[in-house]
Amino acid sequence: MQVTINGKIVALTAEDLAKGLLDYLREDLDLTGTKNGCNVGVCGACVVLVDDKPQRACRRKVVDVVDKKVVTIEGMSDAQGALHPLQIAFIEEGAVQCGFCTPGMVMSAHALLMQHATPSRAEVRRAINNNLCRCTGYQQIVDAVVAAGPAYAKDA
Amino acid sequence: MKAWRNDAVAKVSGRARYADDYKFPGMLHAAPVYTDHVHARIIAVHTEEAQACAGVVGVYTAADAPGNAVFGQIQRDYAMLAGDRIRMHGDVVALVVAETRAQAMAAAAKVSVTAEALPPVLDPEEAFRDEVLIHPEKGTNLINHHKVRTGDVAAGFAESALVLEEVFQTQFVEHAYIEPESAVAVPGDDGVMRIYGSMQHPFSTRRFTATLLGLPLSDVEVITIPMGGGFGGKDDTAAIVSARAALAARLTGRPVKLTYTREWSMRESYKRHPYKVYYKMGVGADGSIKAAEVKIFADGGAYCSVTPWVTWRSTVQCCGPYQVPNVCCDTYGVHTNNVFTGAFRGFGSPQMNFIVEQLVERAAQKLGMDEIAFRRRNMVTQGCTTITQQKLDGHTVSLEQALSAVMEKIDYANKRARCGQEAGDGDEVYGIGLAMSYRGMSLGAEGIDLCAAIINGQFDGSILVETGIHENGQGSESAMVLCAAEHLGVRRERIRYRRSSTSNIMDSATTVASRGTLMGTSAIVLAANKLKAQMAEVLAPQLRCEPGEVRFADDCLHGAEGHRLTWDEAVWQMFLHQEHPYAAATFKAPDVSWDEETGHGNAYFTWVYGCQAVEVMVNRKSGQVRLLQAVAAHDVGKAVNPAMLLGQIYGGMTQGYGYALKEEVLMKDGRITNTNLGRYKIPKAEDVPDFQAIVIENPDPMSASKAKGVGEPALELMAPAIANAVRHATGHDCFRKLPLRVEPF
Repeated sequence: MQVTINGKIVALTAEDLAKGLLDYLREDLDLTGTKNGCNVGVCGACVVLVDDKPQRACRRKVVDVVDKKVVTIEGMSDAQGALHPLQIAFIEEGAVQCGFCTPGMVMSAHALLMQHATPSRAEVRRAINNNLCRCTGYQQIVDAVVAAGPAYAKDA
Repeated sequence: MKAWRNDAVAKVSGRARYADDYKFPGMLHAAPVYTDHVHARIIAVHTEEAQACAGVVGVYTAADAPGNAVFGQIQRDYAMLAGDRIRMHGDVVALVVAETRAQAMAAAAKVSVTAEALPPVLDPEEAFRDEVLIHPEKGTNLINHHKVRTGDVAAGFAESALVLEEVFQTQFVEHAYIEPESAVAVPGDDGVMRIYGSMQHPFSTRRFTATLLGLPLSDVEVITIPMGGGFGGKDDTAAIVSARAALAARLTGRPVKLTYTREWSMRESYKRHPYKVYYKMGVGADGSIKAAEVKIFADGGAYCSVTPWVTWRSTVQCCGPYQVPNVCCDTYGVHTNNVFTGAFRGFGSPQMNFIVEQLVERAAQKLGMDEIAFRRRNMVTQGCTTITQQKLDGHTVSLEQALSAVMEKIDYANKRARCGQEAGDGDEVYGIGLAMSYRGMSLGAEGIDLCAAIINGQFDGSILVETGIHENGQGSESAMVLCAAEHLGVRRERIRYRRSSTSNIMDSATTVASRGTLMGTSAIVLAANKLKAQMAEVLAPQLRCEPGEVRFADDCLHGAEGHRLTWDEAVWQMFLHQEHPYAAATFKAPDVSWDEETGHGNAYFTWVYGCQAVEVMVNRKSGQVRLLQAVAAHDVGKAVNPAMLLGQIYGGMTQGYGYALKEEVLMKDGRITNTNLGRYKIPKAEDVPDFQAIVIENPDPMSASKAKGVGEPALELMAPAIANAVRHATGHDCFRKLPLRVEPF
């Protein structure tokens, strides 16, 4: 049994399967970029991509992701650490304050932009509506997601 | 706009390590133990069963503390582990420490308490009568009584053509930082207890910890790490969480992590004060405010925390930004058995602004005056005297500038005429409203107000900068770096912000009160000036000029007739002269004063001015309020990092929107019933529209960097602006409660 996490195949034991995905990522793999804000699936700080779809890691068990592709915030930059255009947009648009919601926010936005590279501001707001941010008022996050769109259009 | 902040790369890549992300070899995990009591006398805490649970290393109560379990910033009344009494539902009676977090949590459920229930007191006015005492040793439930006695209110009301009398009530509000409290304490081989924690007051954290452990301050080191939001809420509770982790680390000799669940956080952490306010305002036929009589009951909850300081600001600003000749204000902070209350962005002003900005409009309306003309007639102006007899000078009083900027931008006058008109299918009616405020900067006469900065030039040309201001997420570190670069005349890239340690930087108080930028950058300016003077003294001969003539710009030191040294050459020359390019400086807040009996004094050394307007749609059938647009104007003195400044404004407005329409900590018999973010609803991305911000810059001579603050002003205006817009839409006379509830109409 295995799962692909950030492009790497990880072997799973029977014991791993029963673990919560968030704990497994944070504690077993030390991928601490994925955050725990509420542990009940409301705040979105733990959003990761499972087969390109945004999922709340705190509501998933490891067994749910067997043979699937999981991407966490650590998987957004390349192996040399070069930032993804979406991450650069978050920096340049001033979308980062305390940064605790940022990983989940980036993953939700990434899922949107992979589907739709030219979203309206309203569409961006809808895509991140279940990612809570207490610092920014969301506006500069919306700016960042819209600004990153062209980079996705080029990929397509 | 290309924004920059020093910690952004780490934060967007997931590399930034917050407290719960830290791991140390041999690290244990702690969990708190609560009881279901709200008010009780503790007879015994039974820990035996928990001690026997798998993985448990220790179960500790107040009796195990080597130092004093009871501490507080103002009054020493908070039991970090409850000893003899339970005073609120969030009191912790024991700490369970185990090899894993799951084991600690499982064992915590096995601790039981024998206690004699006492009658809970949950209403501040009832508590005020002192029939049941929350802290018998204090002899009273009264935490503080602040006053303003200016003029003669009886005479003021006698000459009033109109007297308004209303009672207002506001709610408990949760800070809802997305990162719950967390701390890791690591006992060092040098005897120092090191703390990596999520807090906005490292120096207070150090005091709480040293007190609980019975150690001198020098034996506790709090190290700054990224923190997931605070908004005033990571002061006392965060300090106490850190202190408890340190206690467990001290008693076990191993690193201990204590990470709060959201439920523990919301149950135990302090909230924004609910206020009950009796407000009487007298106005002359000419539209001038003649008198205000204000009585405020603030629910301080079980512990003092900073209630005296929060309520002091409400007292000083009880008339909003208006000149009132006759004022009698009595503000009572009162203990109850509710969750305790303390610092929260706004700090006693949002409640008062909500009230005053509605009352001035009602007065204008009743007198048949335009609400803006009424404000202009009464508002503070350059050189005027405030209700506490402070002359507003020494800085630019820019309230009119803010008001007219907002009105113009949002087209207030034209849109005001459309209020009450139906839109769409007729279920929604339109409204526009505004609010304005002035706000005393920093701590004022509330506390000792000083901040340190260190600039430590390295011999390779790189520079380390450190201040006593804490990075709460607002971008304080990047503001300091930008300020240092500007004043040293060097490239920003030379400068690394050194994450502060309480063992290195001098105690600079708490990062609250919108003081971070003002105090921190002012300290940076003083340190930069000192460093430049030192370098000029040493290097002037090589620059063929007098020390006073050396100019620092473009990454160089410039002397006479084209002589110059690059920064790299300059610091190398300093090395050859056996001089460290190092400076430490302290910015002391200019003098303030206060007389507790009269409520007179120069309450704050400078003030900021702001105005916000909103447009809403109100649904007739559901009462739902939808925000269409909002415009804010704030005088910040000087914008240091424009993108982060805008972030403060948008974020503050959004929190203010939540305060106005959505948020309320629900209590049943002293127990909070909405302890997670599913039922405590903070604003989401779709709740708010794009905002517009107007930045006004009147450089402030009272600030060494000319910059002031904006974090709190951005929040405090939203509830009254929304209330006024809804009033204009619906014709409702006045909202007396928060959050606003609009009945179908």
